[in-house]
Amino acid sequence: MENKTGNGKVYKIISLIILVVLAFLFLFPLYWIITGAFKPPADIYAQKPVWWPSEWVTTNFSNLMNKRTAPMWEIHMPFSRFFSSGGESITLATGPTVPAVFRWLLNTIFMAVAAMFLTCFTATMAGYALAKKRFRGRSILFGLIICAMALPKQVVLIPLLKEMSAIGLYNTIWAIIFPTVGWPFGVFLMKQFSEGIPGEILEAARIDGAGEWNTFATIVFPMVKPGVGALAIFTFINSWNDYFMQLVMVSSNVNYTISLGIATLQAETSIDVGMLMAGAVLASVPIIVVFLMFQKYFTQGITMGAVKG
Amino acid sequence: MSSQVTQKRSRALQRREDIAGYSFMLPSLIFFVGFVLIPMVICIWLSLTDSNMHTQGGGNFIGLTNFSNLFKDEVFLDALWNTFVIVFVSVPAVTAFSLWVASAIYKLKMPVLSAFRCIFYLPVVTGSVAVTVVWKWMFDNYTGILNSVLKTTGVIDTNINWLGDEKYALWCIILILFTTSVGQPIVLYVSALGNVDASLVEAAQVDGATDLQAFWRIKWPQIMPTTLYILVITTINSFQCFALIQLLTQGGSGTQTVMYYIYYTAFKLTEQSGHFGYANAMGVVLAIFIGILSAVQMRLAKEK
Repeated sequence: MENKTGNGKVYKIISLIILVVLAFLFLFPLYWIITGAFKPPADIYAQKPVWWPSEWVTTNFSNLMNKRTAPMWEIHMPFSRFFSSGGESITLATGPTVPAVFRWLLNTIFMAVAAMFLTCFTATMAGYALAKKRFRGRSILFGLIICAMALPKQVVLIPLLKEMSAIGLYNTIWAIIFPTVGWPFGVFLMKQFSEGIPGEILEAARIDGAGEWNTFATIVFPMVKPGVGALAIFTFINSWNDYFMQLVMVSSNVNYTISLGIATLQAETSIDVGMLMAGAVLASVPIIVVFLMFQKYFTQGITMGAVKG
Repeated sequence: MSSQVTQKRSRALQRREDIAGYSFMLPSLIFFVGFVLIPMVICIWLSLTDSNMHTQGGGNFIGLTNFSNLFKDEVFLDALWNTFVIVFVSVPAVTAFSLWVASAIYKLKMPVLSAFRCIFYLPVVTGSVAVTVVWKWMFDNYTGILNSVLKTTGVIDTNINWLGDEKYALWCIILILFTTSVGQPIVLYVSALGNVDASLVEAAQVDGATDLQAFWRIKWPQIMPTTLYILVITTINSFQCFALIQLLTQGGSGTQTVMYYIYYTAFKLTEQSGHFGYANAMGVVLAIFIGILSAVQMRLAKEK
């Protein structure tokens, strides 16, 4: 018995050491991005790796900003490309010209926030209906949702592109947002959360004469709030990082997301490593901060979504 | 009489449920039908046509020609082979690794546990572009840290062109894919292992079972649903490996994958010139393979 627990301890210590080493290896790329962004060229192109910047410089960031410019914002007349002569949308107002990375960041934040709100709104209602309403066709709908979830999203990107150009949304940020909202994972997740609402409470509300919408807003929504939080953070991070979708749907500089912008710069000038690291910092650090802040909800969302694989 | 009344009432109730249900579903259904279901139908339709960038509308119906051409296309077969290599290496590796990490950390105290979980999840959050940009630098022939570390430690004598050499490129991709894939499985396993009935494990240990026996006999069957889910999502993820290929090798040095070839066929100017029909046929084939593999995994897991 003594011996056994002794062995267990040795095993535990060894596995902990391996874990710590692995943790450092997993952290290393991020460390390399951040330090690389502040290294002078001499450090970056050194034959021997420079583990810590010999001098912290911001030239990489200024190079990145000087690379391209874009107007900070533009306001288009909605759907104007359908009646303007050249098929271009009519611009109502344009912001000041700034380094394109700021515009890209703004686009990305707008995209992720819009996708987040729309997804939470639609998925919470749909999840509640699927879990608690016994309407006809419910099981068929749910089956469709499960099937769609099992299919690879990227496979439908080309038809999606055709559809987007047919309805005049190609090369707008909405072409990325709408398919993200349509992806049924959120509905599935919110159904899982809504199953937990006791039927008696809903019944009581109905007997008290509360309308459907009132019941949803005042009783259901507060009860599934943790689920909404999980879905919100999940959608935000996923849409921020959905590079393939962004690549296919958006084609002009002003509509780029930060990932797309950095990827394009990499294809053009893979020589300037420092500048690329500065770009990688801008693309990843904001989302990492968001992740760390809402980590608890995020973990919850992942686990809830898997409860019934 | 009274039964007629109740029937009427239940019919009214049912209608009420229908109206309420579909009203709540409506906003979600608009997006789901518009941007998921319809594209799926278009995808299948286009795969049966010769649609390309120049044809207006849907192109001409050509039956299964695209599919039969696919299996004569050397590049596609190559891409299919590479994709299967990626899937069959990374799925077991990711599953085994994350199970090991999760069982090593799930009993740790809270801040330490969540720190580990975070660290292994970070490469996912960092995003594929930032991750590939830095790995490209680390793998670089001249300024990459990998070559210089391996050289100073004496493992290699001359620099290796990791991403340019057919011998290594695919393995480099698999390595990066691995680091960006273990995050979610670890989170899932940690929570699944935490939910295993502790009294069963204790009872087994009282009966003299070793840790390993306790694991295989008691914990393993209980976390089976989680394992299954992880297998399926990792399979889907590995099949879709795209950003790494596009940003690191562009399908060169023996790293062509189906997903990248779809993109290449549809958007890059080749002699095929934006052959949407052909690209969609590949998409359909890919979806079929993923479906088959998921079904096989489900079946195997159920039999156990």
